[in-house]
Amino acid sequence: MAEVALYYEAYGYIYYCAAKDTVMSPSVRLQEMIRVIRSARTQGEERGIIQRECADIRAQFRQGDNGERSHSLAKLLYVHMLGYPAHFGQMECVRLIASPRYSEKRIGYLGAMMLLDEKQDASLLITNSIKNDLSHSSQYVQSLALCTLACMGSAEMCRDLAPEIERLLRASNSYIKKKATLCAVHIIRKVPELAELFTPSARTLLSEKNHGVLHGAVVLITELCVRNPDTLDRFRKAVPELVQIMKGLVTSSYSPEHNVAGISDPFLQVRILRLLRILGHNNDTASDAMNDLLAQVATNTDSSKTAGSAVLYETVLTIMDINSESGLRVLAVNILGRFLLNNDRNIRYISMTSLQKIVQTDHNAVQRHRGTIVDCLKDQDTSVKRRALELSLALVSAVNVRSMMKELLIFLSVCPPELRSQTASGIFNAAERYSPSKRWHIDTILHVLTKAGGDVRDETVPNLIQLITTASELHCYTVHKLYRALVKDIAQQSLVQVACWCIGEYGDLLLKGECEEIEPVQVTEDDVLDALETVLQSHMSSPATRGFALTATMKLSTRITDNVDRIRSIVSIYGSCIDLELQQRAVEYNALFKKYDHMRAAVLERMPVMDKNSPGHTNGETPGEIKEPDTSKPKPVEAGLLSEPASQVCDLLDLLGGTDTPLQPSPAPTSTPTTTSSADLLDLLGGLELTPVPTVSVYEKNGLSLKIQCDKQTETEVVINLIASNSTQTDITNFTLQAAVPKSVQLQMKAPSGTVIPAHGLGQVTQTVLLNNPNKVSLKMRIRVSYSNQGAMHQDTVQIDSFPSTACQPSISPL
Amino acid sequence: MMRFLLLFSRQGKLRLQKWFTALSDRDKKKIIRDVIQMVLVRPPKSCNFLQWRDLKIVYRRYASLYFCCGLEQGDNELLTLELLHRYVELLDQYFGNVCELDIIFNFEKAYFILDEFVISGEVQETSKASVAKSMEEADSLQETMEEYRNKPTY
Repeated sequence: MAEVALYYEAYGYIYYCAAKDTVMSPSVRLQEMIRVIRSARTQGEERGIIQRECADIRAQFRQGDNGERSHSLAKLLYVHMLGYPAHFGQMECVRLIASPRYSEKRIGYLGAMMLLDEKQDASLLITNSIKNDLSHSSQYVQSLALCTLACMGSAEMCRDLAPEIERLLRASNSYIKKKATLCAVHIIRKVPELAELFTPSARTLLSEKNHGVLHGAVVLITELCVRNPDTLDRFRKAVPELVQIMKGLVTSSYSPEHNVAGISDPFLQVRILRLLRILGHNNDTASDAMNDLLAQVATNTDSSKTAGSAVLYETVLTIMDINSESGLRVLAVNILGRFLLNNDRNIRYISMTSLQKIVQTDHNAVQRHRGTIVDCLKDQDTSVKRRALELSLALVSAVNVRSMMKELLIFLSVCPPELRSQTASGIFNAAERYSPSKRWHIDTILHVLTKAGGDVRDETVPNLIQLITTASELHCYTVHKLYRALVKDIAQQSLVQVACWCIGEYGDLLLKGECEEIEPVQVTEDDVLDALETVLQSHMSSPATRGFALTATMKLSTRITDNVDRIRSIVSIYGSCIDLELQQRAVEYNALFKKYDHMRAAVLERMPVMDKNSPGHTNGETPGEIKEPDTSKPKPVEAGLLSEPASQVCDLLDLLGGTDTPLQPSPAPTSTPTTTSSADLLDLLGGLELTPVPTVSVYEKNGLSLKIQCDKQTETEVVINLIASNSTQTDITNFTLQAAVPKSVQLQMKAPSGTVIPAHGLGQVTQTVLLNNPNKVSLKMRIRVSYSNQGAMHQDTVQIDSFPSTACQPSISPL
Repeated sequence: MMRFLLLFSRQGKLRLQKWFTALSDRDKKKIIRDVIQMVLVRPPKSCNFLQWRDLKIVYRRYASLYFCCGLEQGDNELLTLELLHRYVELLDQYFGNVCELDIIFNFEKAYFILDEFVISGEVQETSKASVAKSMEEADSLQETMEEYRNKPTY
């Protein structure tokens, strides 16, 4: 090889390159191009250079065979790697692959792997070249073909060439055999039916001495076993052979060729262990046969370097997944425990991943390492923290819940924001399952809400409220704690909501002052009302929170004695609030003060204990509870309307069951005139089968009128009937309707009843449209009508903007 | 199996991409963008493993280059670190004290070396010496053909 020294200047420093590059001496030109591209100062300049180069390359390709094509293709591949389009090189790849020259084949095959994939038609064209090259006299050409087939071979190509590959598996040198084996793996992944073809040869390959071939054989057998349980059964007989090979690797003397940090061929060892895992799973004989080996590997492997740890890791996974004896399992868990204490973060990470897999089955064994796991919560690295969190949550049990919870709460205060909501929900779940006492449970939830109220799920508030009502002996304690939390800070919405609700409900207990479990603090009525007013007026409070606060204030009117006037004034002020929800509530409460004062006490009395999952409640809330005003949920109900009518009103708005309540004289105060009347309207179309479905006119022009009738069949399906009628003097002919709906909605138009609409309104044409709205998007529809009347063609479009999913009252805007 | 292997610089420029499954160009570009972004924000002493969608991402930084691959759930992450290290050793042996510029200016050779080491997302040769020898012989084959072409006909 001639030595040629080339100096390159790149970004101000000298780059000295020695000669192996004469291999492709026109790489000088490739490298020259790369240098020029890299020296471009702006994106625009680079684009210009690339355009010129691509033009050059295209010209080169057109010129045909002149020995320069491979260099042009190499340049094109560089351009492709920068992200520019290079599809015009595809045919050139095909041509170069067919060339007799090795350098051209080499770059051609590389181009095929980078530019052609199974979706391109050009890829089929190289099948023949590959077939020829597979029997080439030079093993390096064969190798190119094998590598390319294994990289981008489509199912068709694989089917064509599988017999060739199988032949190479059996009869070739080890250099080709190892590649053919992995090529066979690719073929099986693409065309699983061909697995049968390779099974016999795979077995014999296990007796090869060459590590490359052996490795490939193990991978091939793994692939075969994973896909077919019968093949798996057959290969179980190979377990002793695999154990032998493994033993040889573990106990062999130092072999420099395959040694990595003292481990003999860790790649092969790990693959064998993985295959043993698959073969020994759920099978006692196979598991027994490998017990000794696994024990040996587990004890003798030096894990001071990554290679050893990798082998140990795989061993542990295998031990845990087969039917191993308990002693071996304990050994495995201890190894994982040791890994937990390792300085290397990677090893701590994978040990926790493995422990996570076995925490259900070997819970006690993992519990022993709880301390270390909890310590890992304090690790700097987020990946490690995440694993430690998942594992800690899995390890919470009735026995250790108090100490674990303490750690988790500390973690919650310092954890990174992306883990906060997972931690909060994990704590809630654990608290729900294992809380030693109600008071502890409530304390824990309050703690979480104070620290991470913004990250908890929406159901937390009603769940907590429900929990509080069940702990009747703790009402006093709870309301005192919540009051104090409220006074301290009103930023955490969920906490504030719960606090307001409790103060409203149990305000009398708060004012009484004494409570056994908490130091007594004198709270006056003014204090309480001040607190609630602060919430009402603060810009930090969300509309839902203010709703809670207003209702709580109202409830207090029956629980306090002196300051009822103050409450009255607060309520009347909010009667003119901009927020519609608050205004409505205030107006209704006002009415409760004025017209229905005699009912006020009964309406606002203490709520009974709620149980979860009572029938007919939506969103995890029970009827009678305050529904948080939320635009996506149905209209909320007065908290005070507890009795029968309340639940009926509630059901009305649920629109799942509401029946004839609007027709009955309702004993509920009609202080909810607005709600009930709209509920009537809504309910008319939602619940009653007997009420006729209203027809709405959507289009009226030139005597043609189009009406629409909606029928809601299920939650997501709507049936729409379009009715066309004609009031002109002549018949309308060739009447057709086309409809378009938003993307996620599915439309099915049934055949119309006809295409002729008789004149003078004597007949109608109807057409039914079925809509399926799985994503519950707001329904819109555009309808195009086209027809002939009095010899003239007419076409028009109508847009129907909204079909409220309940009422099906379209709002129309003719286009 | 390995799903893909990416080499990129600290500025996020791609130096090598090897895909072991069939993906559309658009998908590939998206994966590259996402993975590069994810890996570049990691602080220096962090864990080399990430969970991303349904894949495990293993990466390691060697001087100014990140070597990054996507693994399936059954693969051994620690072994993959060894694999990446082996690839770097092979490059180092071939180029002699390899640096990022070598890989930029001789990207096709980086691919050839990779194709001698890994096929179909799996290791094909576990002996370093063997891979180096095959590369040398293949290169010499190339030269022979070049020489042959340049020889005058007799």
